[in-house]
Amino acid sequence: MSKWILRGGRVVDPANGRDGTFDVLIDGGRIACVGRDLPIDGDIKVVDVPSGLVVCPGLIDMHVHLREPGHEHKETVATGCAAAVAGGFTAVACMPNTNPVNDNAGVTGYILTRAAEANLARVYPIGAVSRGQQGEQLADIGELKAAGCVAITDDGHPVATAMLMRRALEYSTLFNMPVIEHCEEQTLKADGVAHEGFHASALGLRGIPGEAESIMALRDIALAELTRGVLHIAHMSARQTLDAVRYGKSRGARVTCEVTPHHFILTDEMLGAPVAYDTNVKMNPPLREAADRDAMLAGIADGSVDAVATDHAPHHADEKHVEFDRAPFGITGLETAVSLCLDRLVHAGVVPLSRLVELLSVNPARILNVPGGSLAEGAPADLTILAPEMRVTISAAAMRSRSRNTPFDGWKLRGGVAATIVGGCAVYVNEQVSLQL
Amino acid sequence: MKKDLLGIDDLTRDEIYLVLDTAEAMREIGQRPIKKVPTLRGKTIVNLFYEPSTRTRTSFEIAEKRLSADTLNIAVATSSVLKGETLADTAMNIEAMAPDMIVLRHASSGAGHLLSRICRSRIINAGDGMHEHPTQALLDAFTIREHKKRIDGLKVTIVGDLMHSRVLRSNVLLLTKLGADVWVSGPPTLVPTGIERLGVRVSPAIDEAVTGADVIMMLRIQQERMHGAFIPSLREYFNIFGMTKARVARAKPEVIIMHPGPMNRGVEIASDVADGPYSVILEQVANGVAVRMAVLYLLAGGADAD
Ligand SMILES: [Zn+2]
Repeated sequence: MSKWILRGGRVVDPANGRDGTFDVLIDGGRIACVGRDLPIDGDIKVVDVPSGLVVCPGLIDMHVHLREPGHEHKETVATGCAAAVAGGFTAVACMPNTNPVNDNAGVTGYILTRAAEANLARVYPIGAVSRGQQGEQLADIGELKAAGCVAITDDGHPVATAMLMRRALEYSTLFNMPVIEHCEEQTLKADGVAHEGFHASALGLRGIPGEAESIMALRDIALAELTRGVLHIAHMSARQTLDAVRYGKSRGARVTCEVTPHHFILTDEMLGAPVAYDTNVKMNPPLREAADRDAMLAGIADGSVDAVATDHAPHHADEKHVEFDRAPFGITGLETAVSLCLDRLVHAGVVPLSRLVELLSVNPARILNVPGGSLAEGAPADLTILAPEMRVTISAAAMRSRSRNTPFDGWKLRGGVAATIVGGCAVYVNEQVSLQL
Repeated sequence: MKKDLLGIDDLTRDEIYLVLDTAEAMREIGQRPIKKVPTLRGKTIVNLFYEPSTRTRTSFEIAEKRLSADTLNIAVATSSVLKGETLADTAMNIEAMAPDMIVLRHASSGAGHLLSRICRSRIINAGDGMHEHPTQALLDAFTIREHKKRIDGLKVTIVGDLMHSRVLRSNVLLLTKLGADVWVSGPPTLVPTGIERLGVRVSPAIDEAVTGADVIMMLRIQQERMHGAFIPSLREYFNIFGMTKARVARAKPEVIIMHPGPMNRGVEIASDVADGPYSVILEQVANGVAVRMAVLYLLAGGADAD
């Protein structure tokens, strides 16, 4: 099936100003043409898109933890990629906090080999800022770039010193790679396990104030201005951080940011109910207050937020089945994000569908300088077919990910994934839709 | 009563009064020459302690023995927790032996909630991290009621390390539920964010907080609090927040002074106050046994258990 056509679907392709009924001709794994009533000659396979479905450029999750090498009991590149395509993502960017750390070409190559074997989603490794993520010496960033890394970050171990962050922002400009920062002032976070607020206080949990994040964001934005480096702020959670990003953007700093679905949907109220001390609501950064959650929604609506990423952080059930303060931070996200976004952003009227495609596809591709985000002629035929009206009940047990740590199990949502196409090949088709892929 | 007693939130107002009234009857058992009744004969109670606590464990153990329960003490050293089996595994092992109740003391907030989700046995929280210590609050309420004949409308001032105290949280929940006017005071570094939403008055001005108080409850200051820069020194803490005779004089003349123990004399409380006429600290210890007997009895089914 090297030449085929997706006929008659609603195509939402904001990079090319399209939102309407179009045919998409795919040839040799690339977009050959997008147009109305494209001619069909003999050997073209025709796939009719049922009404109500939406064809858009493939979604890109720019912040996932695939756990391989080193933590294969939580996730592997293969299981993570299976989860990605089932969740509508044609590409994922994976964090370097593996064991060993992805701070050299060997580890990058290993991840890419495993991704090629899985042959599902595209995998863009993100390298470490510092050797071993120790925050002391820069990793060989040129080597990482040559091996296939698209950005650098010390995610999970924020860059503690301003000097190293300055150097990383300066040096990475050589390779046109953004520095992605998990903003966290470690002394202020200390041994906190939940957002510092009423709920953590009442439950006797040590708090992490929003300022632990925003202070670091302000530092990094100042350094981005100083160096003209490219900064991307990961999984923003606090309203003060969003203000910092707006301030940076207003001054022309090269800063972008992302928000996770859980930070624009959930609040710290979930620490106490429905399940008190549920370790599946423990993540870093923590769920914050309603004011923060609402600020994230406002930032998504007004364009201050550039991307939605999941921070997919699988953990084995045994690791989560412990006391709250001893449980690891993180929840899975790849298989819930699209339904959550369609339900809580599009159907809730926060943003139109075209803006959601920007948040999940166009902007991640732009920030990471990777192909995708566009159905332009000649672009790789990476497509996600959304089913915005599909009734979905989230089921942790049915997930492809090796881990089940999600707080959304059992949630009923409107909107799902119909199919995922990578390089012109269908890598996932939802059995609930009649698509002859 | 609910299956478990994880916190004061598990009890209604009426249930709190039921515990206090039952404790009156239980205290009488402790005054007999033979301090034992067969009420919980054949019941097995496991005291699972992940933190050393002579006071609370002894109090529960005496209460259990006076009710004729079979008791088993398991003390788990914190160091072995790090390498050893998880709390969930320990719970399942204990559960396999089918005890009727598990009394849990643990350094992690919410440890009892985890146990409760695993076990069919009834769980009594004997202190979980910085969260709750419900039987302490019940025995405090028992002691207050004995002296004041009521709790409703009393001004109760709680002073000390509010942030790290499970005694504070349980007492605030219980006393506000019973209509007391609860004031809390301590260094701003040790006041939990949003605590006023529990219905208490927060005043760092200790002299204001104790003025006109019916009850002053002192909380323990731990030596290591200097390390997190919560307080500069124990000496300075005593100067600013220590309960001295001069401060007590601002309270009502018949004020009672309480402390959950163990006390740091000269840190949070002056010796002449701790040993003085208003101090009910040793009564609290004595009442602890009666209140815990009441809780055990009621959770086991009350009159149905007889
Ligand atoms: Zn992170």
